Amino acid sequence: MERSTLDLWVGLFVCAGIGALLILAMKVGNMTSIGLGNHTYTLYANFDNIGGLKARAPVKSAGVVVGRVSSIGFDNTRFNARVELSIDERYKFPKDTTASILTSGLLGEQYVGLDAGGDSANLGSGEAVKLTQSAVVLEKLISQFLYSKAAEGDNAKK
Amino acid sequence: MFNRSAVLNVRSIGHHAVDAVWRLGYASRFFGLTIASSGTSFRRLRLLIRELYFTGVLSLIIILVSGLFVGMVLGLQGYHTLQTYGSESALGVLVALSLVRELGPVVSALLFASRAGSAMTAEIGLMKATEQLAAMEMMAVDPIARVVAPRFWAGVISMPLLSALFSAMGIFGGYLVGVVLIGVDEGSFWSQMNAAVDFRNDILNGVVKSFVFGVAVTWITLFEGYDAPPTAEGVSGATTRTVVTSSLAILGLDFLLTSFMFRGF
Repeated sequence: MERSTLDLWVGLFVCAGIGALLILAMKVGNMTSIGLGNHTYTLYANFDNIGGLKARAPVKSAGVVVGRVSSIGFDNTRFNARVELSIDERYKFPKDTTASILTSGLLGEQYVGLDAGGDSANLGSGEAVKLTQSAVVLEKLISQFLYSKAAEGDNAKK
Repeated sequence: MFNRSAVLNVRSIGHHAVDAVWRLGYASRFFGLTIASSGTSFRRLRLLIRELYFTGVLSLIIILVSGLFVGMVLGLQGYHTLQTYGSESALGVLVALSLVRELGPVVSALLFASRAGSAMTAEIGLMKATEQLAAMEMMAVDPIARVVAPRFWAGVISMPLLSALFSAMGIFGGYLVGVVLIGVDEGSFWSQMNAAVDFRNDILNGVVKSFVFGVAVTWITLFEGYDAPPTAEGVSGATTRTVVTSSLAILGLDFLLTSFMFRGF
């Protein structure tokens, strides 16, 4: 069996196709960054209100992405939201870490922010973050503001 | 009593329905037979490589050029829409997600159906009309193993590769218009794209889509050619039907696959 120019073209085509897939995976997708689920450990956090948080949202600490939200469920004994976080194995957090739901920018996506505490013991896999802070609900904020304004007005009248 | 033409109409509707079901069954048997007798095309790789050249390599130009232009148009249109919300830095996300999830697989499959699919139908239909397939059978060569199966696998292999090339080219086009021409910030273009596009959920689902389209398009194409009436008119009709049927199949399957894949969020 001798080689022909046909083989060369087909080889080039297959290489180009696989190359395009690799470019898509590396440059466009986040294959190189974290999120493949191989070297992660799981933490849980209960929030009274998760706002618009979605599965796969990033978990950030000091602005650095350290993990992702793997699932969100409803805890039927405590009647709040139970969020499962998968954190990169390289990053350990103290026991008294605070988890809060924050928004990137004014209209950006919501993410979970972890603020490390000062405890010497670290959170292990499957443990829960005790200190949590719910998402800010804009309606509640506005109504609080309005109520306080109304109360001020009442005081001024008296 | 009954109008005679009404009776004839009902009869012809019934005839068409029965005929359609019959054809579907025949097509399914043809598909099964193609899969079952595809061993030859992998043992004699030369057959497969020849067909890969005709279906894949020769479709490259149309796929690459249209990918580039689709990406450039996406860049322009996306910029004008996003600009109203002051979020033109999300242009990369818009271009990449729409290409990788939808436009890449769908448009490249449509182009593939009209570029390579129609050629395959015409070729096989003509082979049948000139009794080459019958001659092969006379020589104890199975025409499905020798002619149909290599074309089938060539289509199935080249479709995901072509759609990946389309998407990559489109993203390059979007970059060209968005970053180089309009002046969107290059860093946020790539980094936001990187953060939003997930490998498994977006890119692999796109590959699965294009694989399914590849199977559907080549199956329809080959069956139409194999089933074509052995006349000049029959072959031309089969070629037209191929493009129409496979385009409809691509769009219908796309809706189905999308509703399965991107239901969650």
